[in-house]
Amino acid sequence: MREHPLARILLRGATALVLLFLLAPMVAVVVLSFSPTELMVLPPGGFSLRWYEDFLTAGRWVLATRNSFVVAIATTLLATLLGTMAAIGLQLGRFRGKAVLVTLLTLPMVTPYIVTAAAMFFAYAIIGLTGSLLGLVLAHTVVAVPFVVVAVLATLQTFDANLLRAAASLGAPPMLALLRVMVPNIWPGIAAGAVFAFATSLDEFVITLFMAGPGQFTLPRQMYASVRESLTPTILAAATLLFLCSLLFLLASEVLRLRAARKLRA
Amino acid sequence: MRRTNWLAALLIAPLLLLILGSFLVPVGLTLFRAVQDREVAQALPETSAILAAWDGQGLPPEAAFAAVARELGAALEARRIGDVAQRMNFARTGMRSTLLRTARAAERLRAPYAASLVALDARWGQAETWLLLRSAGGPVTSLYLLRAMDFTQTPDGGVVQAPTDERLYRTLFLRTFGISLLVTAICVLLAYPVAYTIARLRAPWSSIALTLVLIPFWSSVLVRTTAWFVLLQREGPVNGALLGMGLLEAPAQVIGTRIAVVLALVHVLLPFAILPMHSVMTRLDATYLRAAASLGANGMQRFLRVWLPLSLPGVLAGGAMVFLLAVGMYTAPALVGGDRDQMVAWFIANFLNRDVNWGMAAALSAYLLAMTGAIVALARILTGGMVGARG
Repeated sequence: MREHPLARILLRGATALVLLFLLAPMVAVVVLSFSPTELMVLPPGGFSLRWYEDFLTAGRWVLATRNSFVVAIATTLLATLLGTMAAIGLQLGRFRGKAVLVTLLTLPMVTPYIVTAAAMFFAYAIIGLTGSLLGLVLAHTVVAVPFVVVAVLATLQTFDANLLRAAASLGAPPMLALLRVMVPNIWPGIAAGAVFAFATSLDEFVITLFMAGPGQFTLPRQMYASVRESLTPTILAAATLLFLCSLLFLLASEVLRLRAARKLRA
Repeated sequence: MRRTNWLAALLIAPLLLLILGSFLVPVGLTLFRAVQDREVAQALPETSAILAAWDGQGLPPEAAFAAVARELGAALEARRIGDVAQRMNFARTGMRSTLLRTARAAERLRAPYAASLVALDARWGQAETWLLLRSAGGPVTSLYLLRAMDFTQTPDGGVVQAPTDERLYRTLFLRTFGISLLVTAICVLLAYPVAYTIARLRAPWSSIALTLVLIPFWSSVLVRTTAWFVLLQREGPVNGALLGMGLLEAPAQVIGTRIAVVLALVHVLLPFAILPMHSVMTRLDATYLRAAASLGANGMQRFLRVWLPLSLPGVLAGGAMVFLLAVGMYTAPALVGGDRDQMVAWFIANFLNRDVNWGMAAALSAYLLAMTGAIVALARILTGGMVGARG
């Protein structure tokens, strides 16, 4: 089936414009972050790394970067471990109400972040977890873990359960069979979930806005504070670094997707 | 089999406990906070008990006057007066000053309290004040849920519209709904041709175009909103370009307007519309199109009668996703919008952080949650209906 040539030109033109709309702001941020002056105009009329130098030497930006990565790494480890375990359990178990359980575990995905943030703010204030990195990690884990559960559950659909029976018949205890037979087979799904968990934590802003004191500011939180204060290209240097991270996440998730697809064909 | 189930339960339990303790129970507590009423009963227990026994006719007995004077004074010393004052002031503006003045004067007041309290503040001579105090005795109240819909309760228990200058929230919900609907409509209209074109492109162009959609999808909402904040400045690139092309006479103030909010929201949410549509369209069975062609359908007919209906589940999924994310959005309006463009999330944040009125934050959260729940349910019913219709 082919469209009318004119329709095709119009469709492709419209698509190109929409893609331009989606990408142009990101490109502009990257270009402006190298601006030699405080003025944020295009074209920037020069090239300079002074805003990156500013970013790397200002105490609050360094702290925010460190906090962001500490929280994101801890969140990824916790979410990947708990999410993978739960997904495997959901796949193995033979009990009623499994669909309800999956819905409950993935509910944070469809709940507005502001409601989650308000709820956690109330609850964490009672037990004194607001204003601590541990509280931030737990909060981020709750919103990141559904992605791990969904990704691992999806990969488990392609796992041949006979392999576990074979392992059992060879005398492997269930835990050993899971670790040595199942996990190596489903790792692309686990890794994809981990990438999503990392990205979710690194980008999370609304919950952090309520949970983090000045000592726990993450990069998005510090960006927001700085934008409110005064707009400098240092913010754009931070934005560019976060953008670079998201490009890496995209790359990683695509590599994992291709690997999973190849595995499925093999 | 039983052993497997034990193992499964063991594997699920840690995550279930985390979600339960850190999400489900807190959300439940939040919903409860929308109706909870304990400030007055906690700080003024004796007053509350006396008023609960009072028949509500005329003014309460002298014992109530004496109790309120003593307990307000004690609450001031225990630094608990703030909560009571805020709770009562929210029910009726002006109560804060009455309560604070009485608390500060409590030591100087002498019996008969009915006379000395009224002399201190005429409000104590009004039956309404006492009825308000009685209705605040807890343990639950409809005050916040009603106020979040611009209603208020009269002292005798009837529900009426809130005073005009305090009416705000129905407009707020309508605005949130309107902005979300507009953003969803724009996203769906923009996303459909893009998803269609990408689905029909040949490799490697289809992958390249899809990657260009995935780049913004993976990058942070705050980064993208900040980008718009920079681009739309008065001296920013967008104004510069429009001035340069002669489309504008003077730089336009876009930050702080509804246009900026809609623009940023569309930019943030558009990938969420494109991706589900694209995924449905690439899996769409091309034999239907060939069958339609062999039956003599022209291009337009093939699109309208075959492609469009088959791709509707994707449109619905994308649209529902965009709407769901839009109604709860805090970041984009907070950054690029003005005071009159803020949505429900911004008010929840303000009640939490600035006003410290947790009852209102909880009530607004409850309505927002109900709204998103309705969207999810509606999307499920509609997609279910579609799948069912095709057998």
